[in-house]
Parts: sequence; structure tokens; C-alpha cells
Amino acid sequence: MVMKKFPKITINEQWCKSCEICVEFCPKKVFDMGRFYPVVARPEDCIDCKLCEKLCPDFAITVTSPKET
Amino acid sequence: MDYLQYLRLDKMPHIWCDGCGHGIILKSILRTIDKLGWDKNDIAMVSGIGCSGRTPGYVDFNTLHTTHGRALAFATGLKIAKPKLHVIVVSGDGDAAAIGGNHFIHAARRNIDITMIIYNNYIYGMTGGQVSPTTPSGKKASTAPYGNPDMAFDISRLAQAAGAAYVARSTVYHVGRTDKYIEQALKKTGFSVVEILTPCPTSYGRQNKEGTAVDMMMYQKSNSVSIERAKKMSEEELEGKIITGVFVDKEQECYLSRYNEIVKRAQSIK
Repeated sequence: MVMKKFPKITINEQWCKSCEICVEFCPKKVFDMGRFYPVVARPEDCIDCKLCEKLCPDFAITVTSPKET
Repeated sequence: MDYLQYLRLDKMPHIWCDGCGHGIILKSILRTIDKLGWDKNDIAMVSGIGCSGRTPGYVDFNTLHTTHGRALAFATGLKIAKPKLHVIVVSGDGDAAAIGGNHFIHAARRNIDITMIIYNNYIYGMTGGQVSPTTPSGKKASTAPYGNPDMAFDISRLAQAAGAAYVARSTVYHVGRTDKYIEQALKKTGFSVVEILTPCPTSYGRQNKEGTAVDMMMYQKSNSVSIERAKKMSEEELEGKIITGVFVDKEQECYLSRYNEIVKRAQSIK
């Protein structure tokens, strides 16, 4: 069986200001809010729409598609 | 795409508050420039003062941070001196409609080939939440603690009336549409204005009890009406709604070509 590849989401905690926009607007609810920063709780649900990357005002989220790696 | 290639990394993280939409707009601009494939050296970004005025400080283009409201005046000179540069002016609502109001309408009248991106957050965020020309009537600000008695300016309609070649309005929530409008504006020859509504949770949201950035973006989502749909709605239905869409998209002669003609005519007189 081929393992399903899902996008890699990285959060730059140095730049994140915890506005929670990614947590709220992710259509698949991939993120959970941690104590200070969002946590990628369900990476397998990610559909690679990159909305979190587009809506992050602090340039803190990077989504790398499986194709790009 | 990699946003970091367009940023001055030593200046990051930026100073904008948590949940401020300015970063989302900056990302839209960078994404569009990446899509168009423009060289960094061919772009000049000019700004005035305010939260929006910080934008050129973070991007690795030719940048100019000018006096309050006068970004368009500097940009006009820049465009005439170096017509090959793609000049982008970023401006806040106070910068564009209050202090630089005259520059704004006259640049639109002149139809010089500049793209102006207006970050409209309804307030002067950086200086402590004073009332701006776009603060809606009745809303609170630190200089209007009992509610703003004035009527708000509609920047897009103002640009339309003043004769801009391209005018569009979007919100930071509608990020796909914002990208599309910025792309059309950058491609347009002539004065193009894109007004983008952005949440200011720290100054505007706090004083008007509108909640967090997420709440303010949800408000944008539920209260936006496209211009096509707005035409079929009555004035009562449209009250409090945000009309988004392309207001003007027309071809008209650019200032530079008229100016060059005058230069030629003047040089031919012996």
C-alpha cells in the first residue's frame, strides 16, 4: 500500500503573534490552539488549499505541497 | 511560492499587531508580483505615514517612505523621472483620504500610471485610534468617544468620481478576489486604486467592541455584497453592507503619453 503523502505545514514561532486566524479559517480544521501558538493537530486532513498561508498576517505559516518536496 | 525572497529578513517580524490585516494584504501584493514575474529592481513602492506606511520597510524593492499623505506626490515625480518603474503606492485610509485627500483626487484626475493600494481599517491605528474620514457614522474612536458624528467617505466612489482608470474594493477575508484585483490594477495603464478593508482589532475593534481579528473577518464575510448583487438591492437593504467588486475598469489616455506629447511640441518650437 502506498502511503498517502500530505503537505508539510511549518509554523515559525518566532514570528507568530497568536491571532488564531489560521485555527479559525482552515476549512478542514487542521490546527488546534496550543498554549501560545497554533499546533498542527491533524496534518493528515490537510487538503493543500494554502488558505492558512495566505491568511497568516505574520508570514509565520509555510505549507509545502508533497509535489514540491 | 516563497514570500521570504521579497522580504528584508533583518526587519522581520513586522510591527503590526496580532490579527492586523496589513500582513495579509502585503502577502497578496507579493503573491501577485511573483505571479507576474516582475523583477524586484523594476518595482518602486512608496508609502506615507501610518501602519500602512511601514510596508515598504519590509519589502526588498526600491522603496520610499515619505511624509504623511504625500506618497502620491513623491510617486508622481518618481514615475515621470523613471517611467519604466512599476510604481506602487501603499496608503492607509487616513493617509489617502484625509491628509493626502487632495493628492489622491488630483492623481486620479491626472490619470498617471500608478497603482495605489489603500489599506482601509476605518481608523488611525498607529497614533492611538483617532477618528479617520472612513470611520463609519456613529462608531467610536479615541477622538469621538461618544460616536462619530460625521458621514464616512467612500474611497472607491471618490476615486471613481475623480476619474481613476481602475477602481476595485475587496476585504482581507476575500483573499482570492484581492489577488485578482491587485493583478488587474498592476497590469492597468493609468491610475488604478484597490481599496482593501482590513481589521484593526487593537484600535477600532477594541473601542467598538467588535471582538478579535477573527470576529472582524467573519463580519467581513457575512456583510460583503458584490457590486452586481448590490445593484438589485434597495438602499435599506444595503445599509451597513460592504460593497465589493470592480467599480471602474476603463481605458483612458495616461498622463505620461500626454506629457511626452507636450515635451515634443515644446521642443519643436524654435
